[in-house]
Amino acid sequence: MGEKKWIIINGIIVGLISVMLVYFGNPVNMGICIVCFIRDIAGGLGLHRAEVVQYVRPEIIGIVLGAFLMALGKKEYNARGGSSPFTRFVLGFIVIIGALMFLGCPLRMVLRLAGGDLNALFGLFGFIAGIALGIVFLNKGFTLKRTYSLNRYEGYLLPFVNVVLLILVIAGTATGILFFSKTGPGSQHAPIIIALVAGLIVGGFAQRTRLCMVGGIRDLIMFKDWYLISGFIAIFVTAFIGNAAFGYFKFGFAGQPVAHTDGLWNFLGMALAGFGSVLLGGCPLRQLILSGEGNIDSVITVMGMVVGAAFAHNFKLAASAKGPTPNGKIAVILGFIIAFAIAYLNIDKSVNIKMKGDGKIETYGN
Amino acid sequence: MEIDARGRACPEPVLLTKKGVENSPQGVKVIVDNVTARENVKRFGKNAGYKVEVEEKNGEYILTLSK
Repeated sequence: MGEKKWIIINGIIVGLISVMLVYFGNPVNMGICIVCFIRDIAGGLGLHRAEVVQYVRPEIIGIVLGAFLMALGKKEYNARGGSSPFTRFVLGFIVIIGALMFLGCPLRMVLRLAGGDLNALFGLFGFIAGIALGIVFLNKGFTLKRTYSLNRYEGYLLPFVNVVLLILVIAGTATGILFFSKTGPGSQHAPIIIALVAGLIVGGFAQRTRLCMVGGIRDLIMFKDWYLISGFIAIFVTAFIGNAAFGYFKFGFAGQPVAHTDGLWNFLGMALAGFGSVLLGGCPLRQLILSGEGNIDSVITVMGMVVGAAFAHNFKLAASAKGPTPNGKIAVILGFIIAFAIAYLNIDKSVNIKMKGDGKIETYGN
Repeated sequence: MEIDARGRACPEPVLLTKKGVENSPQGVKVIVDNVTARENVKRFGKNAGYKVEVEEKNGEYILTLSK
């Protein structure tokens, strides 16, 4: 329990906050969803014109700023990047295509399970399968190569952008810059201050504990390490109790909030998200946290997710309560093909450790 | 045996450490340059039954795993 204590507390806090945010106005089982919220932000900026999902979500701003401030305060802020940036952009794009087929990031998958949405079970099975697939490539020596130090101000840009977004969202419709949904999920949101504070708490905490949905299952399979998955389980248990207490719990497949019942495509969507996330080294939430800590590779990944979300709604790739779209199915299949190519082409044989004469190991492939 | 995992994001440093101790069960030395990798390698070492010592040198961490 000792070292797991904080991540379990972190999980409990995320579970509680997720249920509270629904109480204050977010869509059911969507107290926090990194993918849905990035998609809403893309809409709020007018990058896609799906009128029901346009709102610059303060939770995301809070998570980035919370992680940034915590990393600064704890002297863990460190601007670095240069580890296959465009590959990461593409993987971010692919992860969000998969997640929007399922309708949720790995965190929302857990929240949906905790709300009794059995469709998320297919998502969970797919997610585990995708992670297992990624692990095969990790064990073969998949790597996106090392990072390098950058000017520390490079890492201040994303927090700065988030502050600007926050000012714009507070200003509301008066400026005429941002889009605000009048109906649909984008119109359902907690008050700005509550959403922002919730994000700051989650971001600050997750910076300390390295909470990661993908890492939990990955480390359990690879290293039999229960640390990260403890947070995952704590979120589930807390949200389950919270949903039951608030009356949000609804058991079954049909008529679940912001969800569809196509098991195969729920499975495949999350399998793609899991596979891509393992290659990236972390789930969408973890990418946001890292981007606040000065990790520019994660900033690029988040940008890939923003662009991917915009594409998903411009070209009708995202699923809806009605189910997947034909275009979305094609996009997921293409996503798999590209992710496989990236996984295969980035295997670095020289990383496989060989004892060198002087007992040193070179881990730098060319 | 030394493993240079500087600049690498998790899980790579842990994976390299795992491969390292498979090759050299009496222990390894791992160099990392971020706190997440430090914590993860430390946890992996402890879970695998090693004593783990950490020393910091200008932003880099040298972890010594020994039996």
